[in-house]
Amino acid sequence: MRLRDLSYRVKTPLSVTLVIVLTAIILSITLLARAYQDNREEMIDNALSLGSVLARTLAPALTRDDVWQAYETIMTPLEREARAAGGPAPVTSSNGDRGAADPSQREILVLDTGQSIYVASRPRRYPMLVQLGQMGGEYADLAGRIAEHNAGEPFVARDIWPDRYAMVVPILAEDGAQLGTLVLNYSNDLLFPRFLNTVEQVILATLLVLLALLPLGWYWGKRLTDPLSHLSACMQRVGSEVPSDIQCDLYDGRDEIGQVSMRFRRMLDELREKQELERSMVASERLAAVGRLTAGIAHEINNPLGGMLNAISTYKRHGEDRDPVADRTISLLERGLVQIKGTVGALLVEARLESHALTLEDLQDIRTLVQPDIQRKGLRLVWDNTIDAPIPLPSSQVRQVLLNLLLNAVQASEEGGEVACTLRADDRYFFAAISNGGEYISRDRMAHLFEPFANSSGEGHGLGLWVTYQMIQQLDGQIEVTSNETATLFEVTLPLSEGDAT
Amino acid sequence: MKRRNFLGLITLAPAFPRSASARSTVRIGLTPVFLDDQTFLNRWRAYLEQVLGREVVFVQRGTYREITELVLNGRVDFAWLCGYPFVRYRQQLEILLVPVYEGRPLYQSYLIASAEDDWTRGLEDLEGRVFAYSDPLSNSGWLVTQAQLLDAGHDPEMFFRRSFFAGAHRNVVEAVAVGLAQGGAVDGYVYDALARLHPELIARTRVVWRSDTYGFPPVVAYPEVDYALRDAFRTALKEMADSQAGQELLGQFYLDGFRDPEEGLYAGIERLQQRVERA
Repeated sequence: MRLRDLSYRVKTPLSVTLVIVLTAIILSITLLARAYQDNREEMIDNALSLGSVLARTLAPALTRDDVWQAYETIMTPLEREARAAGGPAPVTSSNGDRGAADPSQREILVLDTGQSIYVASRPRRYPMLVQLGQMGGEYADLAGRIAEHNAGEPFVARDIWPDRYAMVVPILAEDGAQLGTLVLNYSNDLLFPRFLNTVEQVILATLLVLLALLPLGWYWGKRLTDPLSHLSACMQRVGSEVPSDIQCDLYDGRDEIGQVSMRFRRMLDELREKQELERSMVASERLAAVGRLTAGIAHEINNPLGGMLNAISTYKRHGEDRDPVADRTISLLERGLVQIKGTVGALLVEARLESHALTLEDLQDIRTLVQPDIQRKGLRLVWDNTIDAPIPLPSSQVRQVLLNLLLNAVQASEEGGEVACTLRADDRYFFAAISNGGEYISRDRMAHLFEPFANSSGEGHGLGLWVTYQMIQQLDGQIEVTSNETATLFEVTLPLSEGDAT
Repeated sequence: MKRRNFLGLITLAPAFPRSASARSTVRIGLTPVFLDDQTFLNRWRAYLEQVLGREVVFVQRGTYREITELVLNGRVDFAWLCGYPFVRYRQQLEILLVPVYEGRPLYQSYLIASAEDDWTRGLEDLEGRVFAYSDPLSNSGWLVTQAQLLDAGHDPEMFFRRSFFAGAHRNVVEAVAVGLAQGGAVDGYVYDALARLHPELIARTRVVWRSDTYGFPPVVAYPEVDYALRDAFRTALKEMADSQAGQELLGQFYLDGFRDPEEGLYAGIERLQQRVERA
């Protein structure tokens, strides 16, 4: 898997972790380098202070020319070191077996004033009376340095051997005259046990710090990317789900993710609006098609129907001695035809241009007309009317629309519920809102709400809303329905036109 | 070598004879042989205190000279000295007893070299090398080698490239073992004892040559020490071999016991002394 395919939920915590680990490593290395230098300086300091003590102790032995005393003096610190290093303690004060430590790591040489070896911690390696300069290579170099540095002060020769340090301390008599020179030749390897100890400690401390920091870093990284991944998951739903169904609890902030979230939310809203628009367009087109179809059929039925009813009427008027059986049959036919005429008439919503402008009395009539139904169901009618002047709209259509909607609301309400009617008007629009409680309209039903016979609920023929819709269409108005758990609201907006008013 | 100088100093040193009876403690001087074991000395002191019924103090010093000086001046009542200082100050000392080692009151001087050195056959091979002596007042660790060199016609001062005193026999062994010196003169009795106590140290050396036998280092008394004390001390040492506790202590020394010295026991050392001091 490529790195860029990896989720930020992993990548960000991983980066934080990486930074923490890198920091820890760099810090550890710095600490270790520092510790190594400190150790080395400390070793040199220790060696120099040991050297000055030894030089002081050696002075009387050199004065008295006591080789054995000098030897025992320089061996004392080495035996102590060997014992401290965990080697087997010598059986007596100066045993030949000097423990496990490598004697070449720590060599002590005493030189006389002529730079010959007076005594050394490794007598076989550095035999007595041999000129240091004649031992060749680095030793000649060292001898040269000692001769140069004839100031009676200790010094450290660091660069003669790549892996050793030579600490040179002059051995002085009481009066400051030089009796000889003490050389402590220490190997770098001596640093390793202590350095390893430091390494162990630093690694342990680093691990502890990492143990504390890594979960924290991981947690922070995750927290940082949570809004992003949330947004991403939300965006993935676009396309596979209907926008109106996408409910995202998005991160709220002003940083980049917050801004993207805000844009996304706006985009979602726009998508929703567009979808709504499309749906209503489709619905109205369908309704228009249905309207044309029903109008066509109604007209085709209406013409023969008129003929048939005329024929029955003529028959009734002109026949003197009519057969009672035929009479009953004719009467049956007439009732059926009248019913068909009623239904077709309902489908054929025709503008009744002859109606007068809408008056305050018309509105009051509507209130009075629904009152019996309201009372029968024990409902409460909230009537909110601010219209105080006649409205230039055909009164019979508006009356029928309002009556239809109010009766629907009453019918949909449960007993003891509330039906509200709000009526408003300005100089351009008439506005009516009718709402009720009770069961809300499901999405499926909503799609076909205004189609004929769509809402047959046992009562009525299901043409109420169809007729209402047709009328509003004829008046160039709009009707909108919103329905949720608390209320179902029908809103009707009708434009006012001066010409229509009579 | 400044030996003669300080030997002169000893004889010139003002003597402060002090009445031994004025002290309640018995003071015994010991030369630094191999008996540095304080635990052993404490046990021996307890033994002697019980037998003598008096407090006993062992006095130890770094060199033979100091112990010799102490007994010559009466600052210790008794001393266990090397044969050479005894012979040297015979007139001012009284010999009490001589230890018995392997049935005889005799011991040898060894010439030793490093175990790694396989070509040294004798003293002659060590010419121009570094040599370790024990002490300038030691018979086995100095006088024997000096006399041998003189007999061979060498100048002892010039024969070795360098020589030094290690102060004790076991130090000589160690100096040779670590390679500080290529040869050394050492008390044969001490060397053999060390071979049992510290075989790993002895294994790094080898004996090149063994000298004639000489009188074992004697136990001497300050001449003016209280007679009763002197006799009691002599008896106490002599009877160590008769008690089990005494036997155990002697066993730690690898000694059989103490006995009276016979005439002429130290004639060998006297001869060496004359040979060396006359030169």
